[in-house]
Amino acid sequence: MTAQRVATIVSGVLLVALAGCTSFYEIAVETPIQPKLDVSGFQRVLVAGFIAGGTEDVDTNLETVRLLRSQLQSKSSLKVIDADVLPLMEIAIEQSKTPTETGGAADGQQEAPQQITKIKDEKDLQNFERIFANVNFWKRIGEEYQNPLIVTGTVLFTPHQRSGFVTREQEVWDTFGRRRTVPTRTYTERKGFILRPKFIFIDGRTGTTMYSESFREEILYSAQQNTPALSSYFELMDRLLPSFLSTLSTQKIRGTRVLLK
Amino acid sequence: MSPRSFALAVLLVAIVGAPAFADARTQAKEQVEFGIAVAQRGLWKEAMYRWERAAEIDPGYAAAYNNLAVAYEHEGRFEKARKAYEKAIELDPKNSMIRQNFDLFKEINDRTKGRDDR
Repeated sequence: MTAQRVATIVSGVLLVALAGCTSFYEIAVETPIQPKLDVSGFQRVLVAGFIAGGTEDVDTNLETVRLLRSQLQSKSSLKVIDADVLPLMEIAIEQSKTPTETGGAADGQQEAPQQITKIKDEKDLQNFERIFANVNFWKRIGEEYQNPLIVTGTVLFTPHQRSGFVTREQEVWDTFGRRRTVPTRTYTERKGFILRPKFIFIDGRTGTTMYSESFREEILYSAQQNTPALSSYFELMDRLLPSFLSTLSTQKIRGTRVLLK
Repeated sequence: MSPRSFALAVLLVAIVGAPAFADARTQAKEQVEFGIAVAQRGLWKEAMYRWERAAEIDPGYAAAYNNLAVAYEHEGRFEKARKAYEKAIELDPKNSMIRQNFDLFKEINDRTKGRDDR
């Protein structure tokens, strides 16, 4: 019997013995996450529009509506209403001129929306937020579309710059020509975007807010890299879409666990 | 009772009790193994039943509670899963695999705070 044959037999025996002794098994699990909102009372959802601001390179209102509608179409049981996107900013400005409307006239604490021509930061956005408390307005929208769940809110997508030390892996070769990587800290100028959406869920039957949730996502690239604003917008939205969808529908989180004998 | 007779009594109990314990563990182990086999085929409800039986037969069997916790988690029954993991850790505090499962579970459970345990 050759040494090779002995080795094969020994490794075979060891393998069989090991299989017999296995006391744990890795198994794939899909953990269902129940939705944050009970939407069983709705058959339809209307992604109405957003008060949007920040960079002018992206029509954030339109892009957000389109993206959320397509996601809801494929990942929720609600029927998505295909309607014109509401120009909420203009509507909010109009409403601020009519003092009789709930949440309409300026109360002296905030700047009136009609004085703001462009939303640059969160402070500007706050001046428009009263539109979401205008129960009559949202009830009217609800009646128009047969009492759906209404998704609206604010989206701020702003350019951002930051410089500082960044740790990178750098390749080095030793005297024997062997390659290895070492972490090096370098001062880098970086630029990118910050996305700050606030999603508001309104009951189309009553016009009242059921739930709202705010997010903040940030991306930075090397200053030399020229990434289009729209690409950054989708990259950032992609990160928070699972959280948005988990508000309305059951999501499954895939993972692995260990079963023991 | 003299120390000698006490030691004798303890020994007697151990000798008489040992087969009963071993028997319960063997039975529970059979249930656990069957549960694993069916869970691997996706039959989680059946697996859950088997592991519940194993925990009933041998309440000191950490593996049964660990597997039960995984099954509850898979079914979205988070409160029950948490209790089962805690019991498994209580029974086998040094088992790193149970702890790892529990850590992964807690990560998901934190996201679902405030939602119903269905």
